[in-house]
Amino acid sequence: MSKKLRTRKHQVVLNRSVGGDAGITFFLTIMGIFMFLPMLYVILQSLKPLDELWMFPPRFYVINPTFQNFSDLFSLMSDSWVPFSRYIFNTVLISVVGTAGNLLFGSMAAYGLSKLKFPGRDFLFNLVVKSLMFTSTVTAIATFITMSLLHWVDTYLAVIIPAFGSTLGLYLMKQFMESSVPDATLESARLDGASEFYTFWVIAMPMVKPGWLTMIVYSFQGLWNSGSSIYIYSEQLKTLNYAIGQITAGGIARAGASAAATVVMMAVPILVFVVSQSNIIETMGSSGMKD
Amino acid sequence: MSKKLQTADGVEHAVSRKDMTRAQWVWKEMKTNKTGYFMVAPFMIVFFVFTVIPVIMSIFLSLTSFNMLQPPKFIFLDNYIRLFLDDDIFITAVKNTLIFAVITGPTSYLLSLLVAWFINELSPKIRALVTLVFYAPSIGGNVYLIWGTLFSSDAQGWVNGWLINMGFINEPILWFFDKKYVMALCIVVALWTSLGTSFLSFIAGLQGIDKSYYEAGAVDGIKNRWQELWYVTLPVMKPMLMFGAVLAITGSFGFGGIVTALAGFPSVEYSCWTITHHLDDYGGQRWETGYASAIAVLLFAMMIGANMLVHKLLAKVGQ
Repeated sequence: MSKKLRTRKHQVVLNRSVGGDAGITFFLTIMGIFMFLPMLYVILQSLKPLDELWMFPPRFYVINPTFQNFSDLFSLMSDSWVPFSRYIFNTVLISVVGTAGNLLFGSMAAYGLSKLKFPGRDFLFNLVVKSLMFTSTVTAIATFITMSLLHWVDTYLAVIIPAFGSTLGLYLMKQFMESSVPDATLESARLDGASEFYTFWVIAMPMVKPGWLTMIVYSFQGLWNSGSSIYIYSEQLKTLNYAIGQITAGGIARAGASAAATVVMMAVPILVFVVSQSNIIETMGSSGMKD
Repeated sequence: MSKKLQTADGVEHAVSRKDMTRAQWVWKEMKTNKTGYFMVAPFMIVFFVFTVIPVIMSIFLSLTSFNMLQPPKFIFLDNYIRLFLDDDIFITAVKNTLIFAVITGPTSYLLSLLVAWFINELSPKIRALVTLVFYAPSIGGNVYLIWGTLFSSDAQGWVNGWLINMGFINEPILWFFDKKYVMALCIVVALWTSLGTSFLSFIAGLQGIDKSYYEAGAVDGIKNRWQELWYVTLPVMKPMLMFGAVLAITGSFGFGGIVTALAGFPSVEYSCWTITHHLDDYGGQRWETGYASAIAVLLFAMMIGANMLVHKLLAKVGQ
């Protein structure tokens, strides 16, 4: 039986028909346009001068691009009741501290769950997996009560501390450690008299750099995009995303500035992803869930 | 000896297990391996306080009448009875949530898988670019608000303007505020933002499959790429399929934020009112905490139930 064997630039591919390739290319192109056009439209809107924003019929692309909307955004920011730098400070503080805590607590737990053996370990990991199966909306009310009991309502702690216990990052790190840190290496460190924490920090952690980067990106994305929280009332504690939402809510008159704001807010997580993409994909290589 | 009871160093201890009761043995193991507990403790304390205990608290509160001011009063199943027999809006919410979940969950899941599979054979640079194009909407904060601009209710909205200009309609359509369109539009936007973590997981899973599996498959008589997908690719990446399914279910049942942002709270005639909205309404605005907890428990049960069902379905892959 002869097999159709086609080569592509970088690999030999079996069982591929030309018709199939064409169909797939067509489907991908259509889907790609569907995904990309709205993103492109935000960027174009942010570059449109006022008269083009109100042109009829509305145009998709921009004729005379300008950065006016971005400078409008900055002057709107300087008019706000709470200095805008305070919102930026809040978002940076929450994102940085929350991410650092999640990375430290999460990778310690990932190490414990993947490389140490103790009664109850499988039970704890099962709980973590179960927690991926529901959203935090389910626990919001009870968490609010907990926050009140702790007197954490309307403090940074209410937003930062729960981020330390975010389970998706831990899950990915645990799976990644299991597949890429050899037990023998840890064992020889232990035989040399290294403490368990030293083994974790100096031996295991440098081996899972893509794992950290993935945890950082996930935690950062979530915290950076966090808007108004039910645990925060004070204007002084609110985030950049919330403040930008207020500008966007200013309605029609601020269409240009709000498009500029959206572009600024989306640029940060997207750039972070572009820089870390290959590491994240490497970490995801072990993300599978065994029964 | 079960796996759990082995010690970290794997060395048999002088006292044999037979000399002790099970409890004594476990206690001894716990003491020998206390480092393990130290390592997981910081995370687990936070995780228990803000995730595990709240779930248990919600189940307890759902059996009470509680308004955050007076102490909770135990009323057994009254909240649940009221939800199903005396709350038409809740029934609407369940219906809408199921419609959303049944459409967006599987569609986004299959879309993630198909796109990941299609781009698997592209050269690494192009693959990275396509990945970015498909993944970006899911991480771009509230970039989905642009759909509100595209489908704005006045003639300045790009879609209305275009349709009027081409002569298809005379009056602008109210898109997100018209019962006929709002659900379909919200589903489209939800799909647009849904190629997230599971998509990346699928890409990585496909990249990690050893090429020898495909060669063996070809020798065994696999004729085209679809057979290869079903008999070789999918069975090998079953763990990723499980992981992706979990995230797809969580995302599609927890749907609500996009609707609130684009179609308002509540959406026109409750046409897109989901369980998440009902929960926000009673928990965050009316402070009927006991009743809201019952809603939360039902949502929790639906998510876990859907996960168990999908788990069973995925066991059939490649058979």
